[in-house]
Amino acid sequence: MRLRQKKIITAYTFLAIPLLFFIVVRFYPMVYSFWLSFTDWDLISPKKNFIGLLNYINIFKDEVFVKAIINTLKYVAFGVPAVIIVSLYLALVLNRIKKFQGFYRLLYVMPYITPLVAVSWVWKWMYQQPPIGFINNLLTILGLDSQPFLMSTSQALPSIVVTTVWVNLGYCVIIFLAGLQTIPQEYIEAAKIDGANRRQILWRITIPLLNPIIVFLAVTQSITFLRIFTQVYNMTDQGSGGPLNSTKPLVLYIYQKAFMSFDMGTAATATVILFGIIMIITLVQMIILNKNIEY
Amino acid sequence: MKRFFVMLVLLAVILTSFAFAAKTKITYWQYFYETKKNTIDQLIKEFERQYPDIEVEHVTFPYANYNQKVASSIPAGVGPDVINLYYGWIPKYVTSGYLIPLPEDVFSKEYLQSQFFSFVSKGVEFNGKYYALPIAVRSLALFWNKKLFEKAGLDPEKPPTTLQELVEYAKKLTIYDKKGNIVQEGLTMQPSGQGHHWIREVLVREFGGVPYTSDARTVLYDKTGAGSDVLKFYTDLITVDRVGYPGFMNDDVTAFKAQKAAMTIDGSFRIGTLNKIKGLDWGVAELPSYLGVKSNFASFWANGITTNATKDPKKLEAAIKFIKFLSSPESMKLWLKNVGELPANPELAKQYFDDPVYGAFLRGLEYAHATFFVDESAQRQVMMDAVDKVVLKGIAPEIAWKEAAEEEQKVLDNFWSSVH
Repeated sequence: MRLRQKKIITAYTFLAIPLLFFIVVRFYPMVYSFWLSFTDWDLISPKKNFIGLLNYINIFKDEVFVKAIINTLKYVAFGVPAVIIVSLYLALVLNRIKKFQGFYRLLYVMPYITPLVAVSWVWKWMYQQPPIGFINNLLTILGLDSQPFLMSTSQALPSIVVTTVWVNLGYCVIIFLAGLQTIPQEYIEAAKIDGANRRQILWRITIPLLNPIIVFLAVTQSITFLRIFTQVYNMTDQGSGGPLNSTKPLVLYIYQKAFMSFDMGTAATATVILFGIIMIITLVQMIILNKNIEY
Repeated sequence: MKRFFVMLVLLAVILTSFAFAAKTKITYWQYFYETKKNTIDQLIKEFERQYPDIEVEHVTFPYANYNQKVASSIPAGVGPDVINLYYGWIPKYVTSGYLIPLPEDVFSKEYLQSQFFSFVSKGVEFNGKYYALPIAVRSLALFWNKKLFEKAGLDPEKPPTTLQELVEYAKKLTIYDKKGNIVQEGLTMQPSGQGHHWIREVLVREFGGVPYTSDARTVLYDKTGAGSDVLKFYTDLITVDRVGYPGFMNDDVTAFKAQKAAMTIDGSFRIGTLNKIKGLDWGVAELPSYLGVKSNFASFWANGITTNATKDPKKLEAAIKFIKFLSSPESMKLWLKNVGELPANPELAKQYFDDPVYGAFLRGLEYAHATFFVDESAQRQVMMDAVDKVVLKGIAPEIAWKEAAEEEQKVLDNFWSSVH
């Protein structure tokens, strides 16, 4: 055996370990949950009866499930554009300053590296009613009416989106900054010589060249918002996704079905549907946003 | 000769070790809660002293994994012989084939009726058989803050005894800021806490109704008694009298602990938490009655025998002895002292009726009902939603109450259709 072959075999051997890990802790449970979605397993019973597509038929009759899907899509629709636009703006501004750039970057990354449960609880307390809610006290000082925030069926979901955007900003800013720094200065200088103004440079050069980054962030952020759970679980009363299910996302629905109602069949069904939604949204985004830019 | 002697000693050693191995070993499971764990350890020692031929292995694990762990162990034959479970889980455990009925020769109907409060035997009965017995139970009571009573000009030693007084006191105890925001609650209004029990088992009954049929298969609270007046009474406290609202200071317990709520309805399990708060001067009274009717809500964890124990008659016998021992008045006494949970034996409970702290809870047990929950979180959600509908959406209590009954009926139907 030649040295080259030996090296290749060694490489594959080492790669086999993570592969095995993935098969055991990722793929096997995934396939198993697909199987569970065709059963009526209740977590406690040893019996797992095959019931075909019954779970899939019943789940769409469940108003709460439909509401959870709509809520999940709302999280994505509000959250993803917000986090991308704000972080791109911040990255552009940060890219311009030379002093204290590191300090500001750190400032924006802080929420991202803070445990999400802690963030959720701090925001939950800030959203409280008078006399203890920070935001409401601020509104009162400004002479404005206090707002119900998490206690209102219309304001609760946007309130949670704001928290999540604030958390995810740091990560997106860092990625955008890295992207901005890969744009060759020559392009921008050439454009300036040709008489382009700042807006033209932004829309014709910077943003098109950032396209791969935008696609990457749009996809990863969509997945993050589709899987939103921790914030909602911690910020709503008893982790209920309330008031009146107005903030309940799919993952919380799955959690409640599986571990509070012990209805594993329905939970697995919802999981498979969430899997499908994530796949479709990701594919669509990649097709629409991933246009090649050539100069 | 010497060799013979050595052999003899060796034989003796082997024989005695066999004798030790002949001890019957049973395994007991409960979830981890420090005082409960320590008290069970103490009780096991006493039990093993009384029955030297039985050895009990005590296993605890986090509450969050309880059902998963049981579900993966018992079918594999490695689980417990005696298990501590929430009474509401009994039907599921029985139909899944994990629990066996308590033998009637030892735990007869008469035994249960004489040794336990009446709600206990109802709570542990399934298809005409008894499946588990508690060491202790919990009930609700009215906690009040004596300092805040004094500040409002009320007698700090006289809590309200009727619902009319409760409303009147709550109004006097509520404080608003200039904009009309509540800064101190007169009474906590938290359906997600103990509030949903108060509505379901206390208010419904005090208003002359019955929450469910006795087989727990049908919702009755919309069809009996004063019907939706119960919800109207509860939500009026939030929207009309404005003495509190769900989520004030995050939750009822926090508000009461922070002395921002003058009265709250909570369980006996809260005593320990409140005792730790310095400067909080609180009292506890029986739940206010209405038109002379009193009611209370009780719940409990109970010990049952699993199918594992039936594999060996000796084990089964040991398990029976252990359950009987755990439910004895002596164990209950120790449990009250260490864990602070109430004795399930009415005779024993009477001895503590004058206790300033436990008395109110124990007197409440006399007329308490244990809801037969099939899915407690889903059923709690129904009550939370009913209140939210009226308070946040302005839906009429009659409609919200009817919808709640329909929703809960669905939860019940769903469960009972899976139980055969």
